[in-house]
Amino acid sequence: MSNTDITDERDLGRAGEQLSTAPREEATASVPAMGVIGWARWFWRQLTSMRVALILLFLLSLGAIPGSLIPQNSVDELKVQTFKEAHTTVTPVYEKLQFFDVYSSVWFSAIYILLFVSLIGCIVPRTGQFIGQLRGRPPGAPKKLTRLPAYTTWRTDADPGQVHEAALGILRRRRFRSHVVGGAVSAEKGYLRETGNLLFHIALIVMLVAFAGGQLFKSEGGKLIVEGDGFANTITQYDDFKSGSLFDNDDLAPFSFDLQDFVGTYERTGPQRGTPRTYEARVTYSEGADGKTKKKVIEVNKPLVVDGTKVYLNAHGYAPVISVKDGRGKEVYRSSVPLLPIDNNVTSTGAIKVMDGYKDKNGKKEQLGFQAFFVPTFAGDGQGTMFSQYPGLDYPVLALNGYYGSLGVDSGLPQNVYQLDTSDMKQFEDSNGDQLKKRLRPGETMQLPDGAGSITFESVEEWASFQITRQPASGWALTGAVAAIAGLAGSLFIQRRRVWVRAVKGPDGVTVVEMAGLGRSESAKLPEELADLAIALHTVAPTAPDPEPEPDRPSEEPAEGAEK
Amino acid sequence: MNLAAATNESLANASNTLIYSSMAVYTLAFFAHIAEWVFGSRSKVGRTAAALKKDSATGGSAVKAQVAQQGGTAVLDRPRIVTRSAAGTRDVPDGPGAAGGTFKGDLWGRIAVSLTVVAFAVQAAGVVARALSVQRAPWGNMYEFSITFSTVAVGAYLTLLALRKNVRWIGLLLVTTVLLDLGIATTTLYTDSDQLVPALHSYWLWIHVSTAIICGAVFYLGAVGTLLYLFRDSYENKLANGVTPGKFATSVLERLPAAKTLDTFSYRINAAVFPLWTFTIIAGAIWAGDAWGRYWGWDPKEVWSFITWVAYAAYLHARATAGWKGRKAAYLALVAFGCWLFNYYGVNIFVTGKHSYAGV
Repeated sequence: MSNTDITDERDLGRAGEQLSTAPREEATASVPAMGVIGWARWFWRQLTSMRVALILLFLLSLGAIPGSLIPQNSVDELKVQTFKEAHTTVTPVYEKLQFFDVYSSVWFSAIYILLFVSLIGCIVPRTGQFIGQLRGRPPGAPKKLTRLPAYTTWRTDADPGQVHEAALGILRRRRFRSHVVGGAVSAEKGYLRETGNLLFHIALIVMLVAFAGGQLFKSEGGKLIVEGDGFANTITQYDDFKSGSLFDNDDLAPFSFDLQDFVGTYERTGPQRGTPRTYEARVTYSEGADGKTKKKVIEVNKPLVVDGTKVYLNAHGYAPVISVKDGRGKEVYRSSVPLLPIDNNVTSTGAIKVMDGYKDKNGKKEQLGFQAFFVPTFAGDGQGTMFSQYPGLDYPVLALNGYYGSLGVDSGLPQNVYQLDTSDMKQFEDSNGDQLKKRLRPGETMQLPDGAGSITFESVEEWASFQITRQPASGWALTGAVAAIAGLAGSLFIQRRRVWVRAVKGPDGVTVVEMAGLGRSESAKLPEELADLAIALHTVAPTAPDPEPEPDRPSEEPAEGAEK
Repeated sequence: MNLAAATNESLANASNTLIYSSMAVYTLAFFAHIAEWVFGSRSKVGRTAAALKKDSATGGSAVKAQVAQQGGTAVLDRPRIVTRSAAGTRDVPDGPGAAGGTFKGDLWGRIAVSLTVVAFAVQAAGVVARALSVQRAPWGNMYEFSITFSTVAVGAYLTLLALRKNVRWIGLLLVTTVLLDLGIATTTLYTDSDQLVPALHSYWLWIHVSTAIICGAVFYLGAVGTLLYLFRDSYENKLANGVTPGKFATSVLERLPAAKTLDTFSYRINAAVFPLWTFTIIAGAIWAGDAWGRYWGWDPKEVWSFITWVAYAAYLHARATAGWKGRKAAYLALVAFGCWLFNYYGVNIFVTGKHSYAGV
């Protein structure tokens, strides 16, 4: 058995070679003798071997897992903070292992960089080989065609030259590359398989480079806008801003837009009552420093695209319009205050900060702060819940309690606009000495005690928050992706195969035609195709009448012979 | 457009009834398949086939002479094609199928397939009714995804049968899985028919989710093939080494196609679907670029579809690598399908990400 294997190899030798340019698997045991170059060569050969590529692929998928189970900084920093507070024991370990930034971690990068080096180390020589094959011609027929996976033979009266000529014609009509060499026709088809294979792997590299480039040059920021307000694309206007390490401020596209109106509709009935159905942000925008104003509706799946920058609708909420009067009845504050939603029914919280202009009844400058709790649809008095029942504005109620003193905004430390720092403040109290709090409907006013003034809930506006993103090279990524699919389809669906036709005139003057086919993988299609070809050739060179019953029906004999 | 397309309650109810009815018919098909296997196990033909197999399995690599399609009348005049397997491969013929060549078993098998066709039609009608009741693609939540998933899996199986491929051996396992899938869908995953959240208002829903379902369903057929390949392969190995496998194992496994056939089947399936899976991920990335402002952001669903992709890529590479062919590659294929399953159930249920809609 092993004996036949060896002869097999030798027989097929040149015929089977280069049917694919796949790297040959070498015995891993062969460790080089010594020397830096020897080691380097050994390392390179290991790295570019299919076996190591497989292991790297496996590691890549394994390495991606923790990132899907542990919150990631790149996805949601807030969640990471919560996780860190909740798991104090594992956090230091996770931080050491960069588990909060898996996809930019040293070890994950190491895996994919090695994988891509391995890929390049594999692709470059294979491309060279393949170009060589394209320039060359299909190799000559092996000596014993009977050893090939598909084989047929018959005897004919036609001349060998005629048979070869006819075979060439048939094969070429079927778009085989064919030529006569060494007294036989050699033909090959399915070069697109290798083309597809190489294209796929090159496309992967293009995608990786495009993704990396996009990450380096990208910019991404958020902006919350209340109806009627606007935004101009400069860094100072962003609420938060992130950018890749090669990003330049001048890369920001000059444009601006105003939020005219936000419309949200929600499911009215059924178990999914309150589930959002449409979100529409109606904006007017202008390109360039002072371009024409255009209208556009931004929806969740339909960003505004200006000059390569995309503006996405991210979230929305309510912004009660609040006015505050001091003890003398002078309005010292009037503004819409965006509140942050805390649940799906847009129960919202936030803070109202009256920083300057307010004077207490003694004429002393003071700051006021109010904690605000807003529900668009109130359950009703005595229902025992202050949480919103529905995300639409059916029964808006604002609950307030107030503080006076110093807001602490002058300390120079950045402060959360949605939270009140009450460490330097005193709360307003009612006549019983309890905290002063009141629920207001739009238009209602809460009087502050001791002639400290009043606060009025004037009306409600909506806000929308936008994500403004610029990610260059996404066109390249898309091109790479499309090429990858095309290449993949080529490399998986096309068979590369060779066919040989040999016609030799025997001593009895009859020509023996032999045909054989070889594919890279054993496929049922190969014998079928060979049969088609044989039938076509057979019409040109039909079977000669058998001279005697003894040596005929050769079709079965060679099979037996092949076994021994 | 969105609010105008209110839910049509009666159609939604009709859909539920159809799904339950299809489960009833699938149950009948399940029992018919069981009957097929039971009758097949008593077959004498099966025994003889097994005996024959032992011969050829121990006889070393025999040359298989086959007559390729000849067609026409002048059969003797036409050249014959001799095929020859590569050295070292076992040439074991396929088993006779679940019916084991018995008339009764075959009858029950045909009944099972007919019932499966009926159940498939009823189930497909259920999915369509669900879609009509909300006038959108019926893939807005896990329930809808699940019922479509098993419909497509059965559809793919029936298509292969219609193409006269040798796939009836999947029948029992497929029907069992479909029942399981529908059972989970109608109990724990059930969501009332309703409109979509704004994030799903996109034609990419049709493209991305439909291909995801098709990939999953067809990958599933491949995984069944791989699993049976592993069993059948170890059975054949035992026979080749002169070990007698257990009675039950013999009875079941001798009727399956040869390990090589199963292996080729699952390879073809997986290789055919892999480009589509690649496309699914890319379509998802394009949609994410429109909806979320970035085409790739390591959302758990994205991560797991990537892991699934890499696992299938590893499987396809392994088949071309010495030392990884055969069983090792098969294990990789199973791991890859496991990743797909986790991506569907696990990520939706245990991990919160941007792919959470309508409760789950």
